[in-house]
Amino acid sequence: MTRSITEIVLTPTADDHRVARHAAAAIVLTVAEAAIPLPLPGVKPGLANIITLVVLARWGWRDAVWVALLRVLVGSLLLGQFLAPGFFLSLVGSLASLAVLGLAMHLPKRWFGPVSHSVLAAFAHIGGQVLVARIWLVPHNGVFYLVPVFALAATIFGLANGLIAARLLDEELASERPDTRCL
Amino acid sequence: MIDLPALRCWLGAWAAHLKAGDVLVLGCALALCVLSALSLWKGGRPDKAIIRSGGTVFAEVDLSMPRIVEVPGPLGTTRVEIQPGRARVASDPGPRQYCVRQGWLHTAGAVAICAPNQVSLALSGRNADYDSLNY
Repeated sequence: MTRSITEIVLTPTADDHRVARHAAAAIVLTVAEAAIPLPLPGVKPGLANIITLVVLARWGWRDAVWVALLRVLVGSLLLGQFLAPGFFLSLVGSLASLAVLGLAMHLPKRWFGPVSHSVLAAFAHIGGQVLVARIWLVPHNGVFYLVPVFALAATIFGLANGLIAARLLDEELASERPDTRCL
Repeated sequence: MIDLPALRCWLGAWAAHLKAGDVLVLGCALALCVLSALSLWKGGRPDKAIIRSGGTVFAEVDLSMPRIVEVPGPLGTTRVEIQPGRARVASDPGPRQYCVRQGWLHTAGAVAICAPNQVSLALSGRNADYDSLNY
């Protein structure tokens, strides 16, 4: 029997496996985070961004884009948010922060680590979201009244996520060094 | 009791991941938070003084430059003094001087009424906390 010429064979490469693995981890964090009660709509820790930061530092911007966008798409499907306003907000936020990450990753590595990337990306994220919210969802300047709250949340969660990402990245190198952990 | 040395060691372990540029970025982020709060949450700050005489609006004055507005009334002239961000009735020919003794008005919605001379001074702002404030 001859093989049908219309049959399409997809062979996942090592790249695909890597992206899929990291995206899966990010999706798990997104779903887990949805269980955390939040005092204000729109303020979220964004734990999945830890994965984006690690992927960016280890594998580059292209992989980070894949992981972040797959996470937004699958995360929204799992939470029943696909094509709802929240999906577009998180999509625009992700696109904005990925654009900023693409620029921020070229900052001198000696001075700027994952914490800088994380805080800058968090600010780009809220910037994009507030803009979309103002133009489309709440066409009123009252949206800007919440900007200071969002900015503070971006600073705190940007710092926390960045520190966790930095630690994950360093842990790999530290395993060869003598243990310097607190007792 | 909090175990202080352990806490310091724990914080130090996290701080080791901060680089000089990271601290700079964090400083800028915090400054942005404070600046946005100061510029967006200035509710109650007035931007305009509305002076009425005999029930009709006599003048609407911007509260950006100092000036003195003289308002004629049935008893004489009421002098309204404007300064950046505040306004007051400086002098009034009325017998009891209630509106003069009210002093400077700072908040949007504050009103000083010189009833005998039929003059009133009111401050208005974009996001006023009160519709009207009298003392």
